[in-house]
Amino acid sequence: MLDTKQPAPEAMAGLPDERGHFGPYGGLFVAETLMGPLAELRAAWEHYLADAGFQRELEEELRDYVGRPSPLYHARRWSEQVGGARLWLKREDLNHTGAHKVNNTVGQALLARRMGKTRIIAETGAGQHGVATATVAARLGLKCVVYMGAEDMERQAINVYRMKLLGAEVVPVTSGSRTLKDALNEAMRDWVTNVDDTFYIIGTVAGPHPYPAMVRDFQAVIGREARAQILDKTGRLPDALVACVGGGSNAMGLFHPFLADEGVALYGVEAAGRGLETGAHAAPLCAGRPGVLHGNRTYLMEDADGQILHTHSISAGLDYPGVGPEHAWLKDTGRARYVAVTDDEALAAFHTLTRVEGIMPALESSHALAWAETLARELGPGAEIIVNLSGRGDKDIHTVAAHEGIAL
Amino acid sequence: MSRLAQRFATLRRAGRRALVPYVTAGDPEPAATVGLMHDMVAAGADILELGVPFSDPMADGPVIQRASERALAHGVSLRGVLSMVRDFRHDDPDTPVVLMGYLNPVEIMGYEAFARAAAEAGVDGVLTVDLPPEEAGPLLAALDGCGIDPIFLLAPTTSDERTRQVAAVARGFVYYVSLKGVTGAGHLDVDAVRERVEHLRTLVDLPVGVGFGIRDAASAAAVGAFADAVVVGSAVVSRIEQHAGDPAAARAAVAELVGELRAALDGLPAAATVRQAADT
Repeated sequence: MLDTKQPAPEAMAGLPDERGHFGPYGGLFVAETLMGPLAELRAAWEHYLADAGFQRELEEELRDYVGRPSPLYHARRWSEQVGGARLWLKREDLNHTGAHKVNNTVGQALLARRMGKTRIIAETGAGQHGVATATVAARLGLKCVVYMGAEDMERQAINVYRMKLLGAEVVPVTSGSRTLKDALNEAMRDWVTNVDDTFYIIGTVAGPHPYPAMVRDFQAVIGREARAQILDKTGRLPDALVACVGGGSNAMGLFHPFLADEGVALYGVEAAGRGLETGAHAAPLCAGRPGVLHGNRTYLMEDADGQILHTHSISAGLDYPGVGPEHAWLKDTGRARYVAVTDDEALAAFHTLTRVEGIMPALESSHALAWAETLARELGPGAEIIVNLSGRGDKDIHTVAAHEGIAL
Repeated sequence: MSRLAQRFATLRRAGRRALVPYVTAGDPEPAATVGLMHDMVAAGADILELGVPFSDPMADGPVIQRASERALAHGVSLRGVLSMVRDFRHDDPDTPVVLMGYLNPVEIMGYEAFARAAAEAGVDGVLTVDLPPEEAGPLLAALDGCGIDPIFLLAPTTSDERTRQVAAVARGFVYYVSLKGVTGAGHLDVDAVRERVEHLRTLVDLPVGVGFGIRDAASAAAVGAFADAVVVGSAVVSRIEQHAGDPAAARAAVAELVGELRAALDGLPAAATVRQAADT
């Protein structure tokens, strides 16, 4: 029987500090109106983190509604084809709604209900977090409003309709670059206006404290399960973990329970888009520098005047100019290594996994798969690598087809 | 005594409230800003608030967002804003200027470099919307070293304990956000604001300015009945937006509005009591 409940070694990391800092990163950079509500959220989160009734409720939801634990799957044919280390897939694509996002939305929505909030808001880029939020809002009977860049709404019409079917109101955001970062700005503006009855479910490990830590804690179920599963299947810890990084929630969820396991190498894979040298990418850790945006200090893609730059990735879920502050700290301390994979490399990995394993990965996850192939060859036979298959690729088939000049 | 403290002391002696109009630097075009600043002073502004454009203005409503976008389309940077203040200062050594903006441009320039350049340009106060006192230590030290007043927001959601913490580091004046919402929101409840401001006076010795949601002469007069300063932003910027293609017309429209606001504030009876403040 899989035991994922024992206190994992992540407790040893002990971050963030009292005010939400991971080294120089993280913190609380918001307008005064939100300081009180964020303190209230932090108190509630800390309370329910230690509340047995809440934890039991969360566990039941994750098991019976989400379908956890997700399997750890040995991708035999893919491993053979790559030729090198053994490749394991953590199957977050098999969760209800098809990605890891729901681990977090279930947790935050349960917290919202405990706090007596009746209205949920969220930002979304590709629509995955929006769908996961609309889903739990329907499940709990909460009103739901999702902010989405007008440009993203055009690119992801199916997810927009899916959210509407689930009863959510989807509000197009026409300011700025009309994409994910602007949707986040707009959700913050809604929250500051309706803070009395509204809970803002942020979809990644970014934002003002306590969001980076809270979302990480809700996603850490991925790493706790994976750690127990790999020990069960191989009798030892893996040599490396690989996950894609946009905001970084699936990566942090996988990494965090392994932070104290020094022999386990951690690789975060950013979107190199058309290539880091072209500037058309979404890789703040690989090619950005520290700054302050969306409530936290972290690596950003910004110009010389501190204005935030437009980003590009074939994968809408990675198309964000910032990254969770804990990743920034893991980069600086050297505990994790961050690399970047281009649109084309991700697409090639998408096709490979689909053809040799019969698993169609999300384009986000395909970035992790592409890097895992390189790493598997480097580490060679005898090594074990876990790749987070953070989501399924059905949502991306139009993008893939369009990229290849096929009209569906 | 800082230029801001001096201005408030003078106004208090005269029993008048400060009128603080806001424009985003570089809107509708960089060449218009210094002229707009002089026009607003001529029309009756006591203190000027100058917005530093930012790509992601999270606390601003659509009107000031669009002003930021217009300014950024002209490539206006923080250094560019400082040079506008320097030009303004050349002809107006007296009117205090407060910069209002977001942290990232300041962070990239570097706190020390920013504070020195701002002081040299003639900036009197800096309000960094997304920088609460908890995170402000290093910037406060830099501003203090250059004699610039840090301005902080207080909100309807701010507890008494926090208000005291904010008051301990704030200088010049405190800026009470009159409603839960973004700049330019339309749900101002004057009675609730009056009650809050009266309560704040028991916790804060500095002058109390009120902003967010004050859109015309009537609401300015209503808030001016109890606040030391009335900040008007989106309403001013709207006038600029209506004439974005014609900077001369924009300047005239702004001057007209500022004149109306001045008249509304001056129509008030003189302040009943002269408040004791640390700087008098």
